[in-house]
Amino acid sequence: MAFSHLLELDNVETHLRLREGTIKAVDGVSLTVDAGETLGIVGESGSGKSMTALSIMRLLPRSGRIVGGKVSFKGRVLTDLSEDEMEEIRGTEIAMIFQDPMTSLNPVFRTGWQVGEPLRIHRHMRRRASIAAAVDLFQKVGIPEPRRRVAQYPHLFSGGMRQRAMIAMGLSTSPSLLIADEPTTALDVTIQAQILDLLQTLNRDYGTATILITHNLGVVAGMCDRVIVMYAGRIVEQGRTDDVFAHPEHPYTWSLLHSIPRLDAEQHQPLRPIEGVPPDMVNLPPGCKFQARCPFAIARCATDEPELLQVREQLARCWVTQAGTRLDG
Amino acid sequence: MSTEAPLVEVRGLRTWFPVRSGVVNRVVGHVRAVDGVDLVIHEGETLGLVGESGCGKSTLGRSILRLVEPTAGEVYFEGKDVLRLSRGAMRRMRRKMAMIFQDPFASLDPRQTVGDILGEALDIHHLAPDARRRKERVKELLDLVGLSTDFSNRYPHEFSGGQRQRIGIARALAVDPSFIVCDEPISALDVSIQAQIINLLEQLQEKFRLTYLFIAHDLSVVKHISDRIAVMYVGKIVEISPAGDLYRRPKHPYTASLLSAIPIPDPRLERQRERIILKGDVASPVDPPSGCRFRTRCFKAQPRCAESEPPLDTVNLGDHQAACFYPVG
Repeated sequence: MAFSHLLELDNVETHLRLREGTIKAVDGVSLTVDAGETLGIVGESGSGKSMTALSIMRLLPRSGRIVGGKVSFKGRVLTDLSEDEMEEIRGTEIAMIFQDPMTSLNPVFRTGWQVGEPLRIHRHMRRRASIAAAVDLFQKVGIPEPRRRVAQYPHLFSGGMRQRAMIAMGLSTSPSLLIADEPTTALDVTIQAQILDLLQTLNRDYGTATILITHNLGVVAGMCDRVIVMYAGRIVEQGRTDDVFAHPEHPYTWSLLHSIPRLDAEQHQPLRPIEGVPPDMVNLPPGCKFQARCPFAIARCATDEPELLQVREQLARCWVTQAGTRLDG
Repeated sequence: MSTEAPLVEVRGLRTWFPVRSGVVNRVVGHVRAVDGVDLVIHEGETLGLVGESGCGKSTLGRSILRLVEPTAGEVYFEGKDVLRLSRGAMRRMRRKMAMIFQDPFASLDPRQTVGDILGEALDIHHLAPDARRRKERVKELLDLVGLSTDFSNRYPHEFSGGQRQRIGIARALAVDPSFIVCDEPISALDVSIQAQIINLLEQLQEKFRLTYLFIAHDLSVVKHISDRIAVMYVGKIVEISPAGDLYRRPKHPYTASLLSAIPIPDPRLERQRERIILKGDVASPVDPPSGCRFRTRCFKAQPRCAESEPPLDTVNLGDHQAACFYPVG
């Protein structure tokens, strides 16, 4: 079947019904992922980055529903599939790994059994063959003594080892897309470096396309070809990683880059904090959602919401840069 | 370095926790959380303390304040050994020391108003002679941390994470301390809020000539805020140095790998960086390796490293010391 992108989201809208009201957690998100590439999605808690991933997987919490738009994968519209068909996609074509490796493995089953499960279900492998495959997978993701490790229960695994086991499980059916939602946030920096190195190797050796969701701009800089920045359920900036970091075209991206201390800063420079707090998602203000915190805001920003449009090399949702102003000028 | 007596001096500090097992709850071993630490902190400086989870950095901070009882060693504060003070004398000493915690939600009593939370600290130390003075001081504290003085009748759940951390800081300031242990004060906050809190801590330090022990796992934040940095690994300090020097010329292989593992938000730089990927996980503090505790993960380890333990001044460049027989660089 002919398709232009591996994954394509077209104007996806996901709502969460909460006691306080309905939240537009994902509000008109369009994006593409091509075979073999790594796309970063950055944002803080509540920005909609995880909800975007869960919408792709159709693994939303009970309060969540995709109310508009379309998700296509290899030319198939995922949002139209039956639950059984979707289950097949999740088990074989798209894998997802989560932030907390401590809770994503079942404590009462041996790790090898769990890692081999997708193979038993989707590849109809027998028990023994699936465990043997788990040994190979453990080897591949750098778990030492794989033969002994597959027989162990998760509590004997450290955080880094569990995340490796989760990655092994995700890779068992050779998916073409891996979605990693804050895969290293719960881990120490030296373990984070190990896991990121592993993800990079897998991407290079097997051509698995990756969506990496993180709040850490440094992780994106080192890992991703392209990056999407989200704020209040929207994409506010999108482009090649090099362009977005060299000359951000949305004030939120610009402010984030100026507010974090950098290890390579030569001397002590005061940080420029982003004033205020993210908006209340139940009662979003009109206009640009970052307007109240924006150091560049003009009158129009408070009333009209800008579209996501081309600004120099990337896309940005900002009246100021769309009018030609340079944030670093 | 100043020649006056340090504000805090730690000598041979050990804090071990018993590990119990079996039906009679026999002690089968000890978690050597802090295992022989010597350290000085000068008045008005910020000493950063970094290390991975479980390395003992929080326990060290708490041991200095005597929030946990150390097993052995001495902690001098203004020349007095706080571990040998009577209860009354310790209570008077406590007024000069305070702590800011990582999770501002868990550390504030949900049933107390902000006014009560701050007032309690004043009451315990008899710092407010009457209700009017108490109310004034609470307002003063709120103002100091950048919160509206109308907030004193509100409860912690009504505040965002950043605001709660400001309340935590106001509570620490209530007793007018000279020394504050900041234990991961920004790790639970959203990226866009972190810089606000870092700047606030810096302003307060300047205003009241505070001395900080700043504990964090994020070396880029620690480097930004600290004058000197101590690096901890499995209960021991392995390197201590002025902040800029530590980044430019790390001596201990562990420090070098920590630094190389921290992603820098600059894609071009990230591509050029050589990353040191450590093998394996952090050693166990219950049964640490013989000799140098880092040798099991070290890329420079030699047989000698297993035989004897290098003291901190093995590499001695004056104010920059490292516990390593085969330093890098």
